Amino acid sequence: MKNFFKIFLFFKIFLLFSFNLIAAEQSNKLLDPGWSFKGFFGKFDRAQLQRGYQVYTEVCAACHSMKYLSYRNLSQPGGPEFSEQQAKIIASQFEVTDGPNSDGEMFTRPARLSDKFVGPYPNDQAATAANGGAYPPDMSVLVKARKGGADYIYSVLMGYEDPPSGITLDDGVYYNKYMPGNKIKMSKPLMEGAVEYADGTVTSEDQMSKDVVAFLAWAAEPHLEARHKIGFRAMIYLFIITILVYFSMKKLWSRIESKV
Amino acid sequence: MSDHEYTPKSKLGKWFNDRLPLLTLSNHLQEYPTPKNLNYWWTFGGILTFCLIAQIITGLILAMHYVASADLAFGSVEHIMRDVNYGWLIRYVHANGASMFFLAVYIHIFRSLYYGSYKSPREVIWIIGMIIYFLMMATAFMGYVLPWGQMSFWGATVITNLFSAIPLVGESVTNWLWGGYAVDNPTLIRFYSLHYLFPFLIFGLVILHIWALHVPGNNNPIGIDIKKPSKDTVPFHPYIVIKDLFALLIFLIVFAFFVFYSPNILGHADNYIEANPLVTPAHIVPEWYLLPFYAILRSIPDKLFGVIAMFAAIFVLVILPWLDTSKVRSAIFRPLYKQFYWFLVADVLILGYVGAMPAEGLYLLVARVATAYYFLHFLVILPLLGAKEKTLDIPLSLTEPVLGGSPKESMAKNKKEI
Repeated sequence: MKNFFKIFLFFKIFLLFSFNLIAAEQSNKLLDPGWSFKGFFGKFDRAQLQRGYQVYTEVCAACHSMKYLSYRNLSQPGGPEFSEQQAKIIASQFEVTDGPNSDGEMFTRPARLSDKFVGPYPNDQAATAANGGAYPPDMSVLVKARKGGADYIYSVLMGYEDPPSGITLDDGVYYNKYMPGNKIKMSKPLMEGAVEYADGTVTSEDQMSKDVVAFLAWAAEPHLEARHKIGFRAMIYLFIITILVYFSMKKLWSRIESKV
Repeated sequence: MSDHEYTPKSKLGKWFNDRLPLLTLSNHLQEYPTPKNLNYWWTFGGILTFCLIAQIITGLILAMHYVASADLAFGSVEHIMRDVNYGWLIRYVHANGASMFFLAVYIHIFRSLYYGSYKSPREVIWIIGMIIYFLMMATAFMGYVLPWGQMSFWGATVITNLFSAIPLVGESVTNWLWGGYAVDNPTLIRFYSLHYLFPFLIFGLVILHIWALHVPGNNNPIGIDIKKPSKDTVPFHPYIVIKDLFALLIFLIVFAFFVFYSPNILGHADNYIEANPLVTPAHIVPEWYLLPFYAILRSIPDKLFGVIAMFAAIFVLVILPWLDTSKVRSAIFRPLYKQFYWFLVADVLILGYVGAMPAEGLYLLVARVATAYYFLHFLVILPLLGAKEKTLDIPLSLTEPVLGGSPKESMAKNKKEI
């Protein structure tokens, strides 16, 4: 029995260790501002997600799409939890092409809750062409699609620096401490005061970065809170039933072992 | 097999059982005499059965929402993760379930290696097991392609390209596999079709695996033949059932930890980027459970011989019952084999580790040494050990070494002292 646990632990440590090593390959240690959604009971901060949405829609959305999200997601539980009315108003500020109507014509109408987030470009090629040949990645699952996750995105946002002497950068290329290869085609996106928060939170570069990354983390994993909640219950349930089965097993086997 | 005839009590039962002896089968499964000294390493057979069924059920549900099309696959997976009720749970159970399945199968295989369960008269169980293992790898590989992320696409490209190393027909075979001239929509659709089929083949083979097991009965930690039924055995139900259940629950706690608290740690971040044939990821890495074979493949400079070495690494396992010539089964009584066993475990772990690293410099050197040792173990060390090793005395039955108390390792020593 002891061995059993030991080996299990050994395997787990080995796995985690090797994955950490792979993660540690990156030259710079990523910044970790301490996310509210990390850990066993991690939850999103509603106000932070709402602010994060504001940063996304006022700054990032100029280039980055989020094609897997719908406006209704903004009011669903576990997310920014805008009221349904607010989400409707947000949606109605965007125009989508619908149709064809009964005359066979395509037409535009304000977006509804059921519509996906309207992207800045009609297609990927247009997005690439408008950004000097660098496609601005879709942000729906960006946090899960990068090694280091939320820490990495936050680090890149905070990692803009003047290039060290000896490195010359082409036009439209910027130096970033945390980007693999240190070269990034996105100019520093968040300047102090780039947005104005309704709740009066200071719009420092750090604050906006944290907010928008939290929003992106939610977008990538919209059911994170449900997962943590169900996970906790499942664990408790498993522990209890394991203990019960353990004692039943001992009782049953006592019949045998006494005979030996 | 238990020898006594079984007759159902009810008349209807007897009528039915005479026509289809399902009740006899069920009685056999309950009464099946099992060595009572089985340790927890023997519980992984039950755990693996659970894994297979869990994968089939979650897979069935995922298939109801997944779209096998190069344009829509990635989006349909996101649809499952976001919009399908508990879709995120089902998908994370399925994805992590594959890893858990392999974790369990590796423990199961290494248990067999330690206690010599592959030796006569259990060679057929072992070979069926190896076929299952091979099919599992194929199934898992094709399943990993389905989300159509960057690692899916490039993993599929690398692995299917291996077949182009076959002389003369290589290129035609590869094109035939792809259904075109590159990994594309037809490849995805056929992988989906096969990914759906293979688990049922595995299921059938699992039945044969268990059937073949029930002919000679279980091996046991002492590795001796046991008279069945006797004082050395217990009926499968309820003794082994409850023990398997307990082990399964412990296993499920680990499983649940991954699913609920780090569901993506065993995957690769690049697979959340939609497949793009024009952009190659920096490192193309298969899933962790395939890494040892990937390391063997890359450690050989020639493509064709690399592929041969990779398949040979599995094939030496298939012929293992004839490579290990020692008559003694359990490593408990084989002091030298026991050491080489742990060398092999370390060797495979090292292969797995270097398989995840770029194939250059020191990593490549380590991979080559480890690959050589892997084959050395099976092709040279095992046959030599069979001839040269001085094994310890083996007890005649489980109840014989009364002085040792429980039938454990200490027993052999106790016996010597007597």
